Amino acid sequence: MNIQDSFHPEQEIAKEAPCLQRSLLEGRSITNILLTGIAWLAAIIASVPLISVLYGLIVKGGHRLSLEVFTELPPAGFEEGGGFGNAIVGTLVTVGFGAVISIPIGFLAAIFLAELEPDGKVAYVARFCAKTLTGLPSILAGVFAYAVVVLATGTYSAPAAGVALALLMLPTVVLTAEGAMRMVPSKMKAAAYGIGCTRSQVIWKIVLPTALPGVLTGVMLAIARAAGETAPLLFTALFSNYWFVENGTAHVMEPIASLSVLIYNFAGMPYENQIELAWTASLVLVMMVLLFNILARVLGRKKV
Amino acid sequence: MNMNFSAASNVNASKNAHSNVVIDCNLDKVFYGDFLAVRDSHVPIQKGQITGFIGPSGCGKSTVLRCLNRMNDLIEGFRFEGNVHFNNQDVYHKTVDPVVVRRYIGMVFQQPNPFAMSIFDNVAFGLRLNRFKGDIAECVENALKKAALWGEVKDKLKASGLSLSGGQQQRLCIARAIATEPAVVLMDEPCSALDPISTRRIEELMIELKEKYTIALVTHNMQQAKRVADKTAFLSVEISEGGRTGYLVELGETSQIFDDPKEELTQQYIRGEFS
Repeated sequence: MNIQDSFHPEQEIAKEAPCLQRSLLEGRSITNILLTGIAWLAAIIASVPLISVLYGLIVKGGHRLSLEVFTELPPAGFEEGGGFGNAIVGTLVTVGFGAVISIPIGFLAAIFLAELEPDGKVAYVARFCAKTLTGLPSILAGVFAYAVVVLATGTYSAPAAGVALALLMLPTVVLTAEGAMRMVPSKMKAAAYGIGCTRSQVIWKIVLPTALPGVLTGVMLAIARAAGETAPLLFTALFSNYWFVENGTAHVMEPIASLSVLIYNFAGMPYENQIELAWTASLVLVMMVLLFNILARVLGRKKV
Repeated sequence: MNMNFSAASNVNASKNAHSNVVIDCNLDKVFYGDFLAVRDSHVPIQKGQITGFIGPSGCGKSTVLRCLNRMNDLIEGFRFEGNVHFNNQDVYHKTVDPVVVRRYIGMVFQQPNPFAMSIFDNVAFGLRLNRFKGDIAECVENALKKAALWGEVKDKLKASGLSLSGGQQQRLCIARAIATEPAVVLMDEPCSALDPISTRRIEELMIELKEKYTIALVTHNMQQAKRVADKTAFLSVEISEGGRTGYLVELGETSQIFDDPKEELTQQYIRGEFS
């Protein structure tokens, strides 16, 4: 009797309670598994190109990696050895010119868009232009700088390349900096006004420092993109087989070497040595771009 | 009907230059665009006292408060009729710089809003803004002590202000507001985002602070006004053509407002018949 009594209620509950077991054959759990699998597959496919490119570059270009390639000038036709030190310097110089032009303009434009007149007509037009410029084919940036700078100065040069690259960097700098500044909580700005800040003090002392990691991320991404560009350089920087700084003088208003143009030139040559160097140069360029991207992430993560 | 109501006290305030009214607030009409947000609210704020503003949601308590240090200037379409006097100077006179007004009339906001910088720099911010020449470290320490936060943060002044808990953040904001020694501190529902224990601490803090500072406190919590305010202003809201318009119903000693309200509407609100 006792046993029956104590078991009876449990059995009743078991009958009425819904079954909580997972059923793999049910329609929605099959869909669930299928979609999860597809998402996994897509994620893996998406990372295949970068990994395979890196793998290919390391296999084909890695063995030529030595101090020599960083310090030597590019070899002529049948010459053995050589390197692309001047092209690395050239890439840094051209991107440097681009950064010097685009960062101040982009930064101030972002302040205007995010803080001064965020809803004005000028802001609307500027924002639309910046977004459109994001998709500008890079060769057009090159042609533009050719027409504006190269024809005017009568020579291919690093500043001309800088203008072309600045055109490509500008929208990234403006839009990410604007986004970062807009992320600054309005209650923080209210606090600054409440304590007696003028508008420029609010912007310089509160908005900019708070948004700085995000702004730097945008700058680094823009630099990373510009470092890999080839087309705009063909029209503006051309190429050079010599160092940017030679015998203590910088050859600013002369054609300048760059990694991407060196790769473009050497990859098409019929000489084994040059083709090998092109692979190595590609590896170095990818590593530089990767470095800027990692830097962007590190700076973006930094919090006060 | 109500002896404390507007006009009478205003006349007194302007007659005696040495009266203890620090901010004489005479708002006739406050507009946001075409929308009349507040009308006919005349509240003199007495020196060394806590003046509480209570009333149902949307009655314009915060709007009134934000008129006092011209924070509403930042809102598009804000315009008002009437005047606000701070130590007998017209705060809205065209020669007055709102930025300077805000340095003398500090503010603590509804949401704790420390800057994304260290605890020390948060408190030192206002001092540096005013090019303070003295010992900044000492001032920071004093402000943090007055805000009852020093004991908890003295070993981590370099830590981010955002790493503190909500209640600590709010006390940090109070320290930041009082570091520059303002004459008046406006508090806009300072405890609404906090837990009961933090709320209690901040209420105790307000009572300590009124020794030195004049406080105007907006609160949605009637009990809070009852606990800390010396004077209480009850605002209500009426549905008008343009929307909801707030207005002052009754102003008086806190004990009178809660124990013996003169107005029918105040009685209903105190009894909890609407909120």
